[in-house]
Amino acid sequence: MTSIQSAYIHIPFCKQMCHYCNFVKYYYTEKRATEYLYALEKEIDSYLPRNNNALGTIYIGGGTPTALNKEQLTQMFEMLHWKFDIAGLEEFTIELNPGDIDEEKADILKAYGINRISFGVQVMDDNMLMQLGRTHRVQDVYETVNLLSKKDFSNISLDLIYALPNQTVEQFQRSLKEALAFQLPHYSTYALQIEPQTVFYRRHKKGQLHRPPEEDEVTMYQILKESMAANGIEQYEISNFAMPGFESRHNLTYWNNEYYYGFGAGASGYFPGKRIANLRPLPIYVEKAGSGDRPILEIDEIGIREEIEEELMLGLRKIGGYDERVFQRKFEFPLSYLYSEQLDKLMKQGLLTVNQGVWKLTDEGLLLANLVFEEFILDDLQLEEIKTKML
Amino acid sequence: MVKEQRNVRNFSIIAHIDHGKSTLADRILENTKAISEREMKEQILDGMDLERERGITIKLNAVQLEYTSKKGEDFTFHLIDTPGHVDFTYEVSRSLAACEGAILVVDAAQGIEAQTLANVYLAMENDLEIIPVINKIDLPNADPERVKQELEDVLGVDPDEVILASAKSNIGIEDILERVTEVIPPPAGNPKDPLKALIFDSLYDPYRGVVAYVCIKEGSMKVGDKIKMFSTDKEFEVNDVGVFKPKITSTNELVVGDVGYFTASMKNVGDTQVGDTVTLVNRPAEEALPGYRRLNPMVFCGLYPVDSNNYNDLREALERLELNDSSLQYEAETSQALGFGFRCGFLGLLHMEIIQERIEREFGIDLITTAPSVIFEVMKTNGDKLVVDNPADMPDPQVIETIREPFVEATIMVPNDFVGAVMEIAQRKRGQFINMNYLDDIRVNVIYHIPLSEIVYDFFDQLKSSTKGYASFDYEFIGYKESELVKMDILLNHETIDALSFIVHKDFAYERGKQIVEKLKKLIPRQQFEVPVQAAIGNKIVARSTIKAVRKDVTAKLYGGDVSRKRKLLEKQKEGKKRMKMVGSVEVPQEAFMAVLEMNDE
Repeated sequence: MTSIQSAYIHIPFCKQMCHYCNFVKYYYTEKRATEYLYALEKEIDSYLPRNNNALGTIYIGGGTPTALNKEQLTQMFEMLHWKFDIAGLEEFTIELNPGDIDEEKADILKAYGINRISFGVQVMDDNMLMQLGRTHRVQDVYETVNLLSKKDFSNISLDLIYALPNQTVEQFQRSLKEALAFQLPHYSTYALQIEPQTVFYRRHKKGQLHRPPEEDEVTMYQILKESMAANGIEQYEISNFAMPGFESRHNLTYWNNEYYYGFGAGASGYFPGKRIANLRPLPIYVEKAGSGDRPILEIDEIGIREEIEEELMLGLRKIGGYDERVFQRKFEFPLSYLYSEQLDKLMKQGLLTVNQGVWKLTDEGLLLANLVFEEFILDDLQLEEIKTKML
Repeated sequence: MVKEQRNVRNFSIIAHIDHGKSTLADRILENTKAISEREMKEQILDGMDLERERGITIKLNAVQLEYTSKKGEDFTFHLIDTPGHVDFTYEVSRSLAACEGAILVVDAAQGIEAQTLANVYLAMENDLEIIPVINKIDLPNADPERVKQELEDVLGVDPDEVILASAKSNIGIEDILERVTEVIPPPAGNPKDPLKALIFDSLYDPYRGVVAYVCIKEGSMKVGDKIKMFSTDKEFEVNDVGVFKPKITSTNELVVGDVGYFTASMKNVGDTQVGDTVTLVNRPAEEALPGYRRLNPMVFCGLYPVDSNNYNDLREALERLELNDSSLQYEAETSQALGFGFRCGFLGLLHMEIIQERIEREFGIDLITTAPSVIFEVMKTNGDKLVVDNPADMPDPQVIETIREPFVEATIMVPNDFVGAVMEIAQRKRGQFINMNYLDDIRVNVIYHIPLSEIVYDFFDQLKSSTKGYASFDYEFIGYKESELVKMDILLNHETIDALSFIVHKDFAYERGKQIVEKLKKLIPRQQFEVPVQAAIGNKIVARSTIKAVRKDVTAKLYGGDVSRKRKLLEKQKEGKKRMKMVGSVEVPQEAFMAVLEMNDE
């Protein structure tokens, strides 16, 4: 039951630095990438010494995985095929950006079994793209979609960011409409988050980032939900929409609070009792992993308290809600035992509803999810209660 | 060792905060071999954690040390520690009264500060011999020559008598100890006279009861003696006497000149008032030592548990603290907004902060503190006189004839470049100019009469910031004066929040009202609904702002790598909300109750 079914693999190279992104990333050079792939293999070995390991999903993210050259891409996939039973995967995703693959690279992806593409479009507007520091243009989106469809990739997820600096509701609406016109089976849409150590963060601190007012952000989210529904694309998570059957299996691992490996610089893994974050700086990661040691930056111990908090913080992100029977099964006492007061309060506030034991965020709750999750953070007194309950 | 009265030296150290008193005390202890360097916990005289953190001394201590002079003569020293803050001026004066001399420590870069000066004057009033020391001479910005000149100009100190020292680097410590033997006279007093022991501090010990710190001024005290307190006439039987070396050490007897402790099954520190005189029941002294007075709290505030279930814990905490602190006063009160709590009286702002911190730290109770207030005297139109220590209790304006408020004489010492800035603040704080004099070419002493209520607002912070930290400040209560005051009420979501009411001068009322609603708008987090904030005098709204509703608070992206970070963020947020109180329908953070204190009068 606790066997690990998913792996995330981080490729920290880019040919551009986007103004909002705080993932671990370096400008691509051939030499760096070669060293990195060697270290990556050693890291995987340090967890999985044997080959042909069975998993349900693999997700290759970045960075920009397709920044690797063809030889390196091939080398990486060869390695993954050696380590994992790729044919047995349910979902094998890679991230790529508009305009950054050609036919040959697409063929490589196809040949090695990639069956899902996460496509970093962000916005259908050249000015906005420039503002984000992206190098692709709207025209590239069309070309890459055509290429992918020609190569018979049908399970494509398109990433959008909204509430961008200087973005109006009308502009967002136009961009969304154009993105929906592709009739892709999956869309991920994120309100812009200002992360530390980004260009946007520095501008924001200086007061130079003109973000739309909160009211507009709310309106955009509402338009988003309505437009998706009108196109037969169902919301299944706070920021994710899919045609039935196309929900991301890999990402559901996270929201179901299941275990997963995280390989690569800055990647995170979740194992029984601990979340592990990897070393971030490339040279340090390469040195550590390359020498055969696990390249761990820090371990976050997950006790019963943290596990319960995360279970709800993640589970309630799903539009289908969180079933209290899952809680009972996992922790062997009822959800209400710890949280009856909080659940009552949240229902009174109109943020949460329950139907036959399944708890869901309301429309208002989706907008104020952080307030809801905060209620599930446990204090010491509650922790004592859990411990006595567990005895 | 046979101790002779003529070889006893009782002294203390006078210094401004940070000028190095504790470090010097440590070195003296080391150099007299009271403790070895290894045993020594840094700054041993400051017993409490809180003191160490704030770098100030709250509780007095007295240590007995043995010292052999260069000439080979054996001496017994009693080093009496004094608190360094204006709230505790009276305690300082009493511990100085236990001494015949004082080491005056002045920072080689900072020079004399207002508090140092105030304490030197106290020492002079008590006829103490002063040993001037310039400390931290080895720091790069030290200017001992200038400070020497200052000591001469301001205090008339002979520059040749000044000892240059660095307690940190152990420079000059010998010289100081030798000087103590040379210039400080032995205690006078006659061992055959009836007992007069001066209480200069006390503390409550769960096993011994109250431990009183005393200096024997006349006669002697031994175990079994029946004693009497002059101020209360209460009688006790002594069950232990002794000294601190620095470990507590029982002796059979304390005689004239000794500084030590006694216990007598006393249950309350109120029985051992600082400054009181202890004498014998059977052979009483004719009169008490001079200088005793009962200390009255000057500053009041409401203390409420964030969680109302902690009310009884808070009461117990106050009871425990009171055992050790006779100047702490409290009585139960009820606030519509905050529920059950206590109105507490303190000597001053620092005293208030210390008590709050101790309750939170030592007793683990999260507190909501209302803004400090002073005691107003209200003459009603029907001739009744009312004492108001809680702004919420101020009666309706129609029934008020006059309101009187406490005034202090504030002494502010600054370089002359900042005199303008000081005067501006003092005027804004309703100060009345009294006098100004030059201490030397640069330093000016500015004296104002200012309402105490303005001091408890952000006076000192403003003074510091507008003088680049150069100003130092001391104050003394002088009496009550009539003022044109009004009560300002604050409404959140159309409900009056009694705990936010404050008293303000009529001329400043509108301005303050505007400032506070803006400030509250910033401090109170947005709720799920819009919250109007209003300031009102009587029924009249004088200012208004609106806290907009929060519409969206959700983390858009949450994948594998974000989970730990997000959970920790939520934990931190939750922790922050611990200090919030549900007031009516609005969650209000602790800082909001203090908002009235921290307004920029710009």
